[in-house]
Amino acid sequence: MKFDIVLAGVGGQGVLSVSAVIASAALDQGLDVKQSEVHGMAQRGGAVQANLRLSDQPIASDLIPSGSAALILSMEPLEGLRYLDRLSPDGTVISSINPVTNIPDYPPIDDVLATLGRLPRAVLIDSDKLAREAGSIRATNMVIVGAASRVLPLDPSTLERFIASRFASKGEKVVELNLRAFRAGREAAAR
Amino acid sequence: MAEHVLLGDEAVALGAIHAGLSAAYAYPGTPSTEIMEFLRVWQTRHGAPHAAWTANEKTAYEEALGVAFVGRRALVSMKHVGLNVAADPFMNSALVSVHGGLVVAVADDPGMHSSQNEQDSRFFADFARIPCLEPATQQEAYDMTREAFDLSERFAVPVMLRLVTRLAHARGVVRTGETRPENPLSKPADRNAWVLLPSNARRQWRRLLDRQGAIRSWATESPWNRVDGPGGQVELAVLTTGIARNYFIENAGDLAEPVVHLHVGAYPLPQGLVRDVAARARRVLVLEDGYPLVERQLRGVLPSALVVEGRESGEVPPDGELTPDLVRRALGLEVKAGMHLDGLTLPTRPPQLCQGCPHGDSYHALQLAMAGFERTMVASDIGCYTLGALPPYSAIESCVCMGASIGMAKGAAEAGFRPAIAVIGDSTFLHSGLTALVDCVSANTDMTLVILDNETVGMTGGQPTMVPSSRLQAIVLGLGVDPDHFHVLDAHPRQTEANAEVLARELAHPGLSVVVLVRECIETARAKKAEQAASRGRS
Ligand code: SF4
Repeated sequence: MKFDIVLAGVGGQGVLSVSAVIASAALDQGLDVKQSEVHGMAQRGGAVQANLRLSDQPIASDLIPSGSAALILSMEPLEGLRYLDRLSPDGTVISSINPVTNIPDYPPIDDVLATLGRLPRAVLIDSDKLAREAGSIRATNMVIVGAASRVLPLDPSTLERFIASRFASKGEKVVELNLRAFRAGREAAAR
Repeated sequence: MAEHVLLGDEAVALGAIHAGLSAAYAYPGTPSTEIMEFLRVWQTRHGAPHAAWTANEKTAYEEALGVAFVGRRALVSMKHVGLNVAADPFMNSALVSVHGGLVVAVADDPGMHSSQNEQDSRFFADFARIPCLEPATQQEAYDMTREAFDLSERFAVPVMLRLVTRLAHARGVVRTGETRPENPLSKPADRNAWVLLPSNARRQWRRLLDRQGAIRSWATESPWNRVDGPGGQVELAVLTTGIARNYFIENAGDLAEPVVHLHVGAYPLPQGLVRDVAARARRVLVLEDGYPLVERQLRGVLPSALVVEGRESGEVPPDGELTPDLVRRALGLEVKAGMHLDGLTLPTRPPQLCQGCPHGDSYHALQLAMAGFERTMVASDIGCYTLGALPPYSAIESCVCMGASIGMAKGAAEAGFRPAIAVIGDSTFLHSGLTALVDCVSANTDMTLVILDNETVGMTGGQPTMVPSSRLQAIVLGLGVDPDHFHVLDAHPRQTEANAEVLARELAHPGLSVVVLVRECIETARAKKAEQAASRGRS
């Protein structure tokens, strides 16, 4: 089994938290994990991507080759399209529908969503709305993890356990909020 | 043995701690920053080893040399372009007789994710004639760091650990070993071995050259250098260095013909192994992340029966980061097709100043001030404020190396251009702007220096500036800048027009003027607030 994930988003959106929760759960389930992240200049509101590779065999490369990602997990719809060359023909794109329009030439959002919708396997999530309903817009990350849990080769309860431990230092309320966000994302992706 | 999941940078830091590190020094620079970040957190929790940010890479290197001088183990870390700043002590340190291990960890940035160039630090190790270890995994980063200290003491030379972005900033599992105690304090047995006066230096240079044979045999026997694959003759031998091995392994399963694989993790190039492999193949494909160092060493000027392929010959592009796809193509395999959708052209999304960044307001004021002049030149430097080169600001016109803006504006002014303006950050000013300002004061250059003081090293994540902003004023005036043409202004949007007036006046002033625009980076301010809230919660 091998499962390559390209995580996409805009600097500052918390792509690394998404990556960290999935990576910890995978390690806990005995998988080999490689996680390549973005630091420095690129993080200042620019396009960012992280590579996350999970496998029951040792993984050699930190980077995902073309055409082999099982999942593009995107915090932002335009960014969900940026790394399609990495996606395997039977791979899935899970993306937030909420744009980050910090560039002057952002295309019409309907065109972006329509393009995503033309992919054979695309799941579009109103992650901001679900996060707000769960209690805070800052939980958008965990909505995305929840949506991803539908296709990840990981046990949802393991993911929940690592979400809980990630936010444990911030108190019970924050943990509950993030778990609610996770479940909302998971439910939304089922429809 | 414990297991950890660590960034390549963190694995280096932990390896150094477990090797009995006494002190570490660094100036922040992507992708090397997290080495020191890890050590600083460790020091806070455990009280040791000493871990400090410094004014620049040269001072970091010299401080590490001092630790090694008194017999203890020192780590100095930096990014590739930082090694240029430290090149003077680095090259000379190869000639002293190191007796407390000295390891210089340099993180290169092939592909220029956040750098001005791609330079390959292995050339510097080769130039200085010191051993270099190049890890391919986080585990190797840990193990090699430990070994580098032993090697440094064994050969009495500094040892380079060469990293690249893709290893420095990727996480993997690391199994750790025993912690070794610190070395006792001890001064060098022969004091002359550290006094590089010509007579001593000639002797020390000879000593370094004499040691090359032993260093070469070590490299040939090192388990970091190894040959895999079938015995006998083959068409193709693949020589990988560092993380190129990972990309080769990723693709090797699809090769139709068997190949011999030589991996190099320890330099100087293991000549025996190279000769052995070359004798068994008709072609050698060299895969390395960075410049064609090994490829050049293999490629003679005169024709030879052996075909050497790599970045120099065009099988691999001469620039950019190595990737699994590039390696696949170089191996003659077809790259797997991904998805593609027509119809929408994706705009790029370059990095930019944060919403509300003080630099944005400072640039706005500067632009208003320049509006009254027919032509202007704005030399800038390296930091978050370099993002002011991009729209909507388009406020600056150069970014060459740390500190260069001040010297460049001086040159432009002396060539007859006015007004010449230099922009620099507070941390960069202390890093290497100070000395350039001394030149300007001495010549009373007709130029304006604008120091953008956000009270932090913003771009690398908010490390503290060496000297608090409140003291910047005394430093500038202490250098002899005319107090009548020195201003400290609040870079608040409310002040933009007033600031622009002051700037315009100073641009018109014939002579040197310095304007400091101060406001804290909003990221740092936010982090401080969160930290305060957390500590209130704890108490
Ligand atoms: S990190 Fe600070 S200095 Fe850098 S762009 Fe953001 S606000 Fe400006």
